[in-house]
Amino acid sequence: METTEAKNIIRVLIAKVGLDGHDRGVKIVARCLRDAGMDVIYTGLHRTPEEVVHAAVQEDVDVLGVSILSGAHMTIFPKIIELLRQNQADDIILVGGGVIPDDDVAELRKLGVAEILLQDTPPQTVADTIRDLVTQRAPR
Amino acid sequence: MLFVIKDIRTIVIPSTELVEPVLARNPRAIARLITRAESGDAECRPALEALYAHTGRAQVVGMTGVAGSGKSTLLDMLTVAARKTGRTVAVVAVDPSSPYSGGSILGDRIRMNQLSGDPDVFIRSMATRGALGGLARATHDAVDLLDAAGFDMVFIETVGVGQDEVDVVRAAHTIIVVSAPGLGDDIQAIKAGLLEIADVHVVSKCDRSDAAKTIKELRSMLTLDVDLNRKRAWPIPVLATSSEEAQGVQELLETIDRHRESLETTGEIVQRRRSIAETRVLQTAEAFLRGEFAKHRDGRVSALVERVMAREIDPHGAAQELIAGLQTEN
Amino acid sequence: MIEPKRAQPAMALDDLERQIADWEQNELADFLARQKERKAQFRTIGDFDVKRVYTALDAAETPLEDIGLPGQYPFTRGPYPTMYRGRPWTMRQIAGFGLGADTNKRFKYLLSQGQTGLSTDFDMPTLMGYDSDNPRSLGEVGREGVAVDTLEDMEALYEGIDLEQISVSMTINPTAWILLAMYAALGQRRGRDLNKMSGTIQADILKEYMAQKEWIYPVRPSVRLVRDCITYCTRDMKRFNPINISGYHISEAGASPLQEVAFTLANAVAYIEDVIATGMDVDEFAPRLAFYFVSQADFFEEIAKFRAARRVYAKLMKHRFGARKAESMRLRFHCQTAAATLTKPQFKVNIIRTTLQALAAVLGGAQSLHTNGMDEAFAIPTEEAMKLALRTQQVIADETNVTNVIDPLGGSYFLENLTTRFEKEIFRILDQVDELGGAIKLIEDGWFQAQIAETAYETALRKASGEKPVIGVNKYVEEEMPAIELHPHDESTERRQIENLQRIRRDRDNTRVQALLQRLRDVARDDSKNVMPLTIELVKAQATMGDIVEALRDIWGTYQERPVF
Repeated sequence: METTEAKNIIRVLIAKVGLDGHDRGVKIVARCLRDAGMDVIYTGLHRTPEEVVHAAVQEDVDVLGVSILSGAHMTIFPKIIELLRQNQADDIILVGGGVIPDDDVAELRKLGVAEILLQDTPPQTVADTIRDLVTQRAPR
Repeated sequence: MLFVIKDIRTIVIPSTELVEPVLARNPRAIARLITRAESGDAECRPALEALYAHTGRAQVVGMTGVAGSGKSTLLDMLTVAARKTGRTVAVVAVDPSSPYSGGSILGDRIRMNQLSGDPDVFIRSMATRGALGGLARATHDAVDLLDAAGFDMVFIETVGVGQDEVDVVRAAHTIIVVSAPGLGDDIQAIKAGLLEIADVHVVSKCDRSDAAKTIKELRSMLTLDVDLNRKRAWPIPVLATSSEEAQGVQELLETIDRHRESLETTGEIVQRRRSIAETRVLQTAEAFLRGEFAKHRDGRVSALVERVMAREIDPHGAAQELIAGLQTEN
Repeated sequence: MIEPKRAQPAMALDDLERQIADWEQNELADFLARQKERKAQFRTIGDFDVKRVYTALDAAETPLEDIGLPGQYPFTRGPYPTMYRGRPWTMRQIAGFGLGADTNKRFKYLLSQGQTGLSTDFDMPTLMGYDSDNPRSLGEVGREGVAVDTLEDMEALYEGIDLEQISVSMTINPTAWILLAMYAALGQRRGRDLNKMSGTIQADILKEYMAQKEWIYPVRPSVRLVRDCITYCTRDMKRFNPINISGYHISEAGASPLQEVAFTLANAVAYIEDVIATGMDVDEFAPRLAFYFVSQADFFEEIAKFRAARRVYAKLMKHRFGARKAESMRLRFHCQTAAATLTKPQFKVNIIRTTLQALAAVLGGAQSLHTNGMDEAFAIPTEEAMKLALRTQQVIADETNVTNVIDPLGGSYFLENLTTRFEKEIFRILDQVDELGGAIKLIEDGWFQAQIAETAYETALRKASGEKPVIGVNKYVEEEMPAIELHPHDESTERRQIENLQRIRRDRDNTRVQALLQRLRDVARDDSKNVMPLTIELVKAQATMGDIVEALRDIWGTYQERPVF
C-alpha cells in the first residue's frame, strides 16, 4: 500500500567545522542544493568533528559536506573520517570545501574525502556533483 | 552501546531487520527507518507495524509558535533540564519544504547543540514535503519509532506557524505555544489560532524590556476567553523564560510534568490518545485514497471524466462509481 | 535644505541641454546605427546603472558646498587639508603566524622594507577566545595568525618595537578588550606613557554578527564590552583608536559596496548611541572613532563610495549627534584591497587587481592601506608576496605623482554624480534601519544577514553565468596551473605554544587569578562598571585569554545564530 508517492530525496548535512566563520560559501551551497530539490540540514558555525558526525548519523544523510577555511583541514578531515568509521557510518559520502592547497586536496582524496569543491565552483556544478556521487553509490 | 547489526554501510537491510536494533536504540537503525518512512516506501510498513506494538510509553510534547519566537533555543534548554532528571529525550524538528523545488534547508539543529554528542538525545530534522498543518506526513511515524526505541520524552517542534498550522494538537499530549516579545502583530496570530490549543503558554526572551507587555496581553486574553477556561480542568499557565542562565526552564519542565499528571488523573489522556489515533487512521486513509485515485488517473478516472463530459453521468455519481470500483478490487 | 548652487551659469546649462539633445540625434544616433553598444544597460558592480557620458548637468545636482574642500565639513574631499602632500598614507601590511616571536620577525622585516605601521593578524583560537590547548583549537594554533594566550605572548610579539613611535593595529573583535588590556599592560611594564601609544583594535562586534561570524557572547553584552573599550581609551589611552568600525568583512561576506558602507554606518550609529547613553559627550570620544573599508574592483564606484561615506558621516555626526568639533565629524579609514577578488588560477594577475584597487583607495583618500599578497587565495602570504604588495603601495606613492593633488578626481561629472547617488542611498538605508528598530535589533532579526546572503547568491550566479567576468576563472581560462611556493606552516607551533601556556599556568599564583576572575564576574554583572581595569590586572597576574573569556561565558552564555539563507 502506498501512502504517498514514494520519493527518495537526497539528504545533505552542511557543516562548518573549526573556528572560522566564513559562511558565504556554505550558504550559497545550501541554497543551491535546496533549489535542486534536496533536504539540507545546516548545523551552523564553529562545530566540532564529534558534533557533525553525531548529527550526520541521526539525520541519516547521504552526504556530509564540511567547509573549512581556517587552514585546519588536515587536522579536521582525518578526525571526521575516523569518527565516521567508529560510528559505522563511513557509507556517508564526505565532501569538503574551502581554501585548500592542491597538495592537501590530493592527500585528502587519498584519505577518503570523495570530492573537494573549491571556491568559485558554480552552484549548478555543486548540485550535479552531489547528485552524481549519491547516484554512483550503492542503494541503501 | 552499539548494537551489532548487519553492516548498514554495505548492504540494503530489509526494514523488518531494523526492528530489533531500533528497539535497542541503535542510532543508525532509527535514523534509517525514519528516512524510509519519510520516503513513503511501502517496504517499511511491516516494520513500523511491528514497532507500533512497543509504543505508548513516551511523553509526547508539541512545541509550536510563530517563526522567531525562540522554539529551538527553548527546546535546547528544556532538553538539558530533562536530561538532568535522567530522562532520555528525542526531538523531531519540522521545517517547511520549498514549494518550488521540493527541497529544504533545515536549521533547527543549530540552536540545539548543548547536548550534541549525548547518546541519550536524538534529534531529527524533517521537511514538510508539501504537507500543510505544521507537521510532515512522517512526523507521526518518527514519533512512534522514537517512542518504541525507548526515549522517555519525545518533542515535536512544528514549523513557524500562522493560524492554520495546528496539526500538532493531534500528535502530542501536551502542547506548548511559544511567543516572544517584539514580534508586533503576531500576538494577533496567537489570538486567532494558537491561543486555544495551548496547554502551556511560554513567553521567551523575557530578559527583553518589552516582555512584560507580551505576558500581560497574553494573560488578559486568556482571562477574557471565559469559554476556554470553563472547558478545562487545567488552568492554562503563562510562563516566562530567557536564555540568560536558562531562566524559567526548570519551571517549564515541571509544568509539563504536572500537565501530564493532570491528564492521567482526569482521564483526559485517553481522549487525547484516541484523538491522535483517529487523526492518524483518517489521514492515512485519505492519503491511501489519494494514492489510489492517482494510480487510476489515466484509466478508470479518465473514463469516468469522459462520461461526465458527455453528460451520461453526473460528477457525484462518477465519484460513487469510482469508490465502489476500489472496494470490489480490494 | 539649501537651494543647490549651480556649477555653471544657468544659461550655459540650458545650452548644454540643447547640445546633448543635438548630439544624441546626430553623432550618437549615426554611430549606434552602424554599431550597437556591448550592453543595453551598463552597471557598477554594486548595481548602480550608469549613463553613457556625464556632463555638467549631472554634476549640477550636487550642491557645491557638499563637494567642499579637504579638511572642511562635510569632508567629501578628504579628512585633512593637506592629505598626502603632508605625509602619505600609512603603509600597514598585516602579518601574523606562529608564535609571537615568529610574527615579530616578519614585523621587523616589513619595517626594514619601508612599512610605516604594524598590523597584527591573530590565529582563530585567539580571535574566538580559546586557549591554545583547548580541544577546539586543535590544528588552528598559529596557523592563520599569531597565537596569543598570555601577556608573555604579547611581549614577544612586539619585542624591540617602540610602542610610542610605531602605531600598532590589532585585528581582533570578541576578545578585543583582553588584547587591549594586554597592550596597556605591556606599555606600563615598559614604562611607556599610555597616552602616547597610538594604534587601534578592531573591536567591531556588530559586523561580526552581520558578516564575519566571530563571536562569543550574545549581542548586547558584547556591545557593552565595546563600549567599555571606547570609554577606557577616551580617558586613559588618548591616542589609541578603540574601535575600527568595519565594512571590509561585510563586503567579503558578499555585500555590495552600498550595503558595505550603509551597514557599517548603521553599526556606527548603534555604538555612538550606546556610548552617549553612559553620559559621555560625543565630542569627547568621536574623534577617535575609526573606520575600515574594502577597496573593491569597480574603480570609480569605490572612489565614490569613500567620498560619500565621509560626507554622510559628517552630516550624521553634526545633525544627528550634535557634534561640534571638526575632528568628531571627519571619517578616517583604513583600507584593504579585496581578498574575495583574488583567484587561484593565474595567481600573478592578483598583483594587477590589487594595484588597481590600491589606486582607488588612494584616490578615495584612505589614511592607511593594506595591499593583499598575490598568493592569498591559497594560504597566508609569503614574505616575498608581502614585499611585492608593499612595493605596489610604494610605487603609487613615489612614482605616479597621484599624491601631489588632493582628491584629483573631485569635480569629475561622473564621480560627483555617483558620490551623491551613493549618499542618498546610504541615507535611505539608514532611515530604514531606524524605522525598523535600529541596527542591534535588526542584527538579532537577521535583517542585514539576509540581504548580504542575497547579494552573495546573486554574485555567485553572475560569476557562474559569465555575466561577471573574472579573468582566468570564467574568461581567458588556462588549463595549466602555474606552480606556486606557499608560506610554510611550522608543525611544531602548536606544541611550542601549548608548552609555554602550560608552564605559565603552572607557575602563576592561581589563587590570586581565581579571586580576580570572581571580581571580574561581579563587575560584568554591573552594567554601569567598566571591565577594563580589572582585565588589565588579570593579564598582569598571567590569567590566560581563555580564563577570562570563560569566566564571562558563565554569566552571559554563548551567542546562537539564527541563520538566514
